[in-house]
Amino acid sequence: MAYTLDAKTPAGELAQKWSNHKAAIKVVSPANKRKLDIIVVGTGLGGASAAASLGELGYNVKIFCISDSPRRAHSIAAQGGINAAKNYQNDNDSIYRLFYDTIKGGDYRAREANVYRLAEVSNLIIDQCVAQGVPFAREYGGLLANRSFGGAQVSRTFYARGQTGQQLLLGAYAALNKEIAAGSVKSYPRHEMLDIVIENGEACGIIARNLVTGELERHGAHAVVIATGGYGNVFFLSTNAMASNGSAAFQCYRKGAGFANPCFTQIHPTCIPVHGTQQSKLTLMSESLRNDGRIWVPKKMEDVKAIRSGAKKPSDIAEEDRDYYLERRYPAFGNLVPRDVASRAAKERCDAGFGVNETGLAVFLDFKTAIERLGKETIKQRYGNLFDMYEEITDVNPYEQPMQIFPAVHYTMGGIWVDYNLMTTIPGLYAIGEANFSDHGANRLGASALMQGLADGYFVLPYTIGDYLSKKIQAPKVKTDTKAFDEAEKGVQARIDRLFAIKGTQTVDDIHKRLGLIMWDNVGMARTKESLEKAIVEIQKLRKEFYKDLKLVGTADSFNVELEKALRLEDFLELGELMARDALNREESCGGHFRSEHQTEDGEALRHDDKFAYAAVWEYKGIDNVPEMTIENLEYEFVHRAQRNYKD
Amino acid sequence: MNFTLKIWRQRDAKSQGAFETYKVENISADTSFLEMMDILNNNLIHEGKEPVAFDHDCREGICGMCSMHINGHAHGPSQAVTTCQMYMRKFKDGSTITIEPWRSAAFPVIRDLVVDRSAYDKILQAGGFISVRTNSVPDGNAIPIPKADADESMDAAACVGCGACAATCKNGSAMLFVAARVSSLAKLPQGKVEGARRAKSMVAKMDELGFGNCTNTGACQAQCPKQVSIAHIARLNREFLAAKFQD
Repeated sequence: MAYTLDAKTPAGELAQKWSNHKAAIKVVSPANKRKLDIIVVGTGLGGASAAASLGELGYNVKIFCISDSPRRAHSIAAQGGINAAKNYQNDNDSIYRLFYDTIKGGDYRAREANVYRLAEVSNLIIDQCVAQGVPFAREYGGLLANRSFGGAQVSRTFYARGQTGQQLLLGAYAALNKEIAAGSVKSYPRHEMLDIVIENGEACGIIARNLVTGELERHGAHAVVIATGGYGNVFFLSTNAMASNGSAAFQCYRKGAGFANPCFTQIHPTCIPVHGTQQSKLTLMSESLRNDGRIWVPKKMEDVKAIRSGAKKPSDIAEEDRDYYLERRYPAFGNLVPRDVASRAAKERCDAGFGVNETGLAVFLDFKTAIERLGKETIKQRYGNLFDMYEEITDVNPYEQPMQIFPAVHYTMGGIWVDYNLMTTIPGLYAIGEANFSDHGANRLGASALMQGLADGYFVLPYTIGDYLSKKIQAPKVKTDTKAFDEAEKGVQARIDRLFAIKGTQTVDDIHKRLGLIMWDNVGMARTKESLEKAIVEIQKLRKEFYKDLKLVGTADSFNVELEKALRLEDFLELGELMARDALNREESCGGHFRSEHQTEDGEALRHDDKFAYAAVWEYKGIDNVPEMTIENLEYEFVHRAQRNYKD
Repeated sequence: MNFTLKIWRQRDAKSQGAFETYKVENISADTSFLEMMDILNNNLIHEGKEPVAFDHDCREGICGMCSMHINGHAHGPSQAVTTCQMYMRKFKDGSTITIEPWRSAAFPVIRDLVVDRSAYDKILQAGGFISVRTNSVPDGNAIPIPKADADESMDAAACVGCGACAATCKNGSAMLFVAARVSSLAKLPQGKVEGARRAKSMVAKMDELGFGNCTNTGACQAQCPKQVSIAHIARLNREFLAAKFQD
């Protein structure tokens, strides 16, 4: 049965929608808030800020995270910064401009009203974080400093050296600690949600596994919030943390929540290239480096060969023999084009044979010009920790030789479908931050992930969840000895038992690496009908192999990382297929989704607004069945959709 | 490259642990230390043995999850990096590498190299925050903060909470960790309001949880992957004493 999707977008002028909506939705009185329980799964920027704010409001909140402390969530690794429309630089920035850049950056595949609200609350985030003691970079006058990021022509990115995500997360984590100390939030670290429990069609709790003891636990609540991030690790190699996974979101999908635009994956242009088959993880070099770094490959094939063989150093290549291809192709934005554009341009040069390392899959990011202009000291101040990190990994000093970079999987714009209230298709189940699909369309701009996580957690969800919970004020505490909980727990136990019973020969990593290769080769930066059909067949085959040949060691009733990984891989093996199906359906190119059949003469993404101006929302129909797609039409009332242009 | 690994194995907090010896072969010099551990674990699983449990996550040196004592040093012999940022080229081909969990009474072993660091969370819950409500704050530029102060606050805030300081300290003191948070907030006008209460309650919690006292040996600073300076301990002491005088 197809979904009836109601985005609940408020009527009225764009700039008034959020105010009108806040005025229209219900609130819960302090006395009643005390009676209501909320579960928040995940403690990154979205989860931590939501849990802290909900605790402050007086709700009883339980938070769950898979690591040993809420502070470890992968938001912490965000380097470059967070956008806000403060216009502190007086460069004619505004809420509308941030909204417009984000909508355009997302290639017109996001919901207008959600994106406008995001831009609107962006300024509050900066105020909030400053008040929490986040040590943002400052100018000599004592005021907040800004820098530029891709896809924007203004400087609106706030930052704390190359550790912005860490500092914002520590701010949210501190807010959370304040509430934990106050008793309004209870923390469950080293716990993993393995199922969502639904009763009478409404979310009423979760089954979580205590990762230390292996025990399965039941937790009931009047609402459940999923804030577990994205699913980029389906590719095995990505910039995501090793334990980042799509499982909590996928359990929701299995239980009936719609999953929107799963194929929208962001491939980040500036990552350290793959060095060999022993690698487990890719490292991002912050987009902020594109403020001062210039991307190039040699113009002449003989120089490429000389660099690869070691006969020439990159610094030996004369200025006129360098192809600064982003500046050449996109004069207006230059090195600061959005990520999808920069990644494809790198691929184009490497496909043409100009890749600068032995694998042919690398381009240069060069600071020579910036060091000449600003001096080494300034560059060190701006990017010192990133340069050190690069040298540590590659053994090359980036002050002397350019960095080598190549695109890598970084972020997933797709996710659980939510309405304007951030509620999924299951009443009482919410999804925030990267886990939902709503704000970034087909491509996310740099410094906007932190913005969205905190916008959802601090400023949107705490209001919108009240509208739902206002109907629950008479509801008693959720009982966990019900049939729904029994069945959910039994289901999880059966899954675990099944994996242990396989007793095959391949480890989780063996199979995950193969899934990653299938995904990267066929559902990666360029996709075709053939590659996607091939991916679906190969993933299905690999999934069968997984269930026949997985080798799992240890026991279920103890600390067992292999079991955790196996359960996550089981979900990735279905999620990968879903991504391929979505990409196959979307016969257009937009943002990070590039179908080679659909491109302009210049090789740019060619959208088909007449056919695909919608969010594709998938409904689970069983492991080996084709999911059903429902469409949410993306009506554009205020912005004219145009071919994205970063040239002039 | 080939290595012999002597690794601490311990089933759980209650069991006795012991070193076990393993060999890894054909490791590329560009492989990270934890990727080398991944390779070892994959081999162990193929042999039907349980892999070595170790904490790790972002592998970019920022989450603070990784926590190995390598050849007698927290996070290994390299300066200013976490375990995950160390590469095998730092080790001599054919050498023996000893790998242990953090050794600190306040960080009990959960399994193998994984320890329980929830004591650090508890210290921060005791006062490592500024009590502001969501949405009840002034404009971000309302209070100018001298750049030098903001920079120093950021130096302290670089702490990743990995536990290397307490694991390294011969007294098992968490002073550098506590100082990093106290000092980071003390350098900002927003943090001054609750400064006295914060210093007192965090120090009291640290003592309560069984961490030792600071005797200024500076070992914590030497092993801190983020190079947090013991100058922040001086500031913590100052904050703490000033608070006591206010009593």
